Amino acid sequence: MRLQAAAVKLGYGDNVIVDGLDLGIEAGTVTTIIGPNGCGKSTLLRALGRLLKPQGGEVLLDGKRIDRIPTREVAKILGVLPQAPVAPEGLTVADLVGRGRHPHQTWYRQWSSDDEGAVAAALAMTGLADLAERPLDELSGGQRQRAWISMALAQGTDLLLLDEPTTFLDLAHQVEVLELVRHLHQEAGRTVVMVLHDLNLAARYADRLVAMRAGRVIASGTPHEVLTEELLREVFELDAKVIPDPVAGTPLVVPIGRPHHAHSAASASEIS
Amino acid sequence: MTTTLPLRTRGLSWRVRVRGVAVALIGLLLLALLMALNMRLGDIQMSLAEVVSGAFDVHSPAHFVIMELRLPRALTGALVGAALALSGAIIQSIARNPLASPEILGVTTGASVTVVAGVVASGSVTGGTSGLLTSLGIPALALVGGLIGAAVVYGLAWRRGLDGYRLVLVGIGVSAVFTNVKFWLLTIGDVTDTGRAMVWITGSLNSRGWEHVTPTALALAVLVPLALLGTRSLDALRFGDDTVTALGVRVNPARALMILSAVLLSAVATAAAGPIAFVALASPQIALRLTRSAHPPLLCSAIIGAVLTTAADLVARTAFSPIELPVGIVTAVLGAPYLIHLIWRSRK
Repeated sequence: MRLQAAAVKLGYGDNVIVDGLDLGIEAGTVTTIIGPNGCGKSTLLRALGRLLKPQGGEVLLDGKRIDRIPTREVAKILGVLPQAPVAPEGLTVADLVGRGRHPHQTWYRQWSSDDEGAVAAALAMTGLADLAERPLDELSGGQRQRAWISMALAQGTDLLLLDEPTTFLDLAHQVEVLELVRHLHQEAGRTVVMVLHDLNLAARYADRLVAMRAGRVIASGTPHEVLTEELLREVFELDAKVIPDPVAGTPLVVPIGRPHHAHSAASASEIS
Repeated sequence: MTTTLPLRTRGLSWRVRVRGVAVALIGLLLLALLMALNMRLGDIQMSLAEVVSGAFDVHSPAHFVIMELRLPRALTGALVGAALALSGAIIQSIARNPLASPEILGVTTGASVTVVAGVVASGSVTGGTSGLLTSLGIPALALVGGLIGAAVVYGLAWRRGLDGYRLVLVGIGVSAVFTNVKFWLLTIGDVTDTGRAMVWITGSLNSRGWEHVTPTALALAVLVPLALLGTRSLDALRFGDDTVTALGVRVNPARALMILSAVLLSAVATAAAGPIAFVALASPQIALRLTRSAHPPLLCSAIIGAVLTTAADLVARTAFSPIELPVGIVTAVLGAPYLIHLIWRSRK
């Protein structure tokens, strides 16, 4: 178990969002957390990445309490890409990605050949090498998101936590980012935990799904085990058909929708 | 444009920004030039040869003017300018706002209140400000007031962490309160006392001697390396808090340490010369544009702060000779249009 949450209680001040949650992340897997808005999935991810200190329970990284390991050492093992990250104005792509090397640097070792190599490799992997000198503000949403992922890659960590890496992206760019995640997992053997909104993409690109509702894990397992019509009703209050994805064979969620459709279907049959 | 050269030897490595080095060298050259001019010009004009003999020959007639009047004053100006600019660069980085300056930390306004209070109170008690208060007491009062002001702002801005935006807003509010207390004190004080206080709160280098140079230089010898060592964590702190933590930096201690060094730098500067306006605000932004970097570079900001203050004091001293203006008037006259320019640009 690389990363583990044991009976964690999470929240902001008096507002407790998650209480007594257990979750284990196995090495070399892609785990995706799904759930309706406000179910605590981002909160859980922040706690796994030690961005949020649990009010109770503990988070373990390789069996050790993550808050007892110096944060800099954690940063060499675990990379986190927060939701909607903020960069200073005027930064170039290369500057941003170079910042990912921060945990490996000291004041007397600020730009080693390792740093240079890791940045170049990260830029190549995300296809941004040609845009390296461009200011971040000039990039499209998809390119900017890839730049942030490059920064997390340059950090050179085995474990990557990505909070909604596909928000603000059109479908083509969402697929592009998730293909990159799959590549990292398959080629480099990295362990990835991410939060995604799109259930069909989550099913296609994850080894394991964790479905949350109101701060609790309702189901976890393979996409086939988790994404069922009963679960969609229980977790999302959504009536849907689940059919095999014609391309990948993974579960594909087709929402049935509200009476609007039933009504038009009924009136159509009346006419005929 | 953003050319950098890697500099590596046996496990040591740095990245040198060519443009940054050029700006620093030209700045230092300009500073040396301005210092030389500052030695030559004044009520008694001197040639460079006279300046040099005045500096090294104890029996030269120019010795007193150079070594006791002009040199300590010019050195105080350069040191204070560098400290203010460095402080401004740190604050602007942390607040992620080009309009932030040590004023919003409560340092300068806090110092003004205690100094005015001290001058007014001692005036009403002893019937006049003694020489001891002006030379020793005022810097001490300013230092204490500056630190109290910063503590008030920091305490009010803290809410389970520190947010740059909140810091700016609280700072502006607290500064407004301090400024009004200062004005109230000025209105109830004795006219001669408040006159003296007014000169100080404008920021002045008039009659600054070695007793100002030495403590300022000693303080900077500690604070400047401390601030420069923090450059790396400051670079990280420009990002959102979550990203900073993800990069392995402990956000709150790192930020508190940088704010503390900025507070101490501006408090020391204010203690020596009063609150000189706009140097802390403008120097980092000028340095940023000259080096074409994404954020205010610390060392270049400090050098430019020294150049600006020295140049401003040269004007203050010589433009309306024999009347010497407080240097703060000159920096304010130069700085006000600059501030308007900045606000105008950020509106667009």
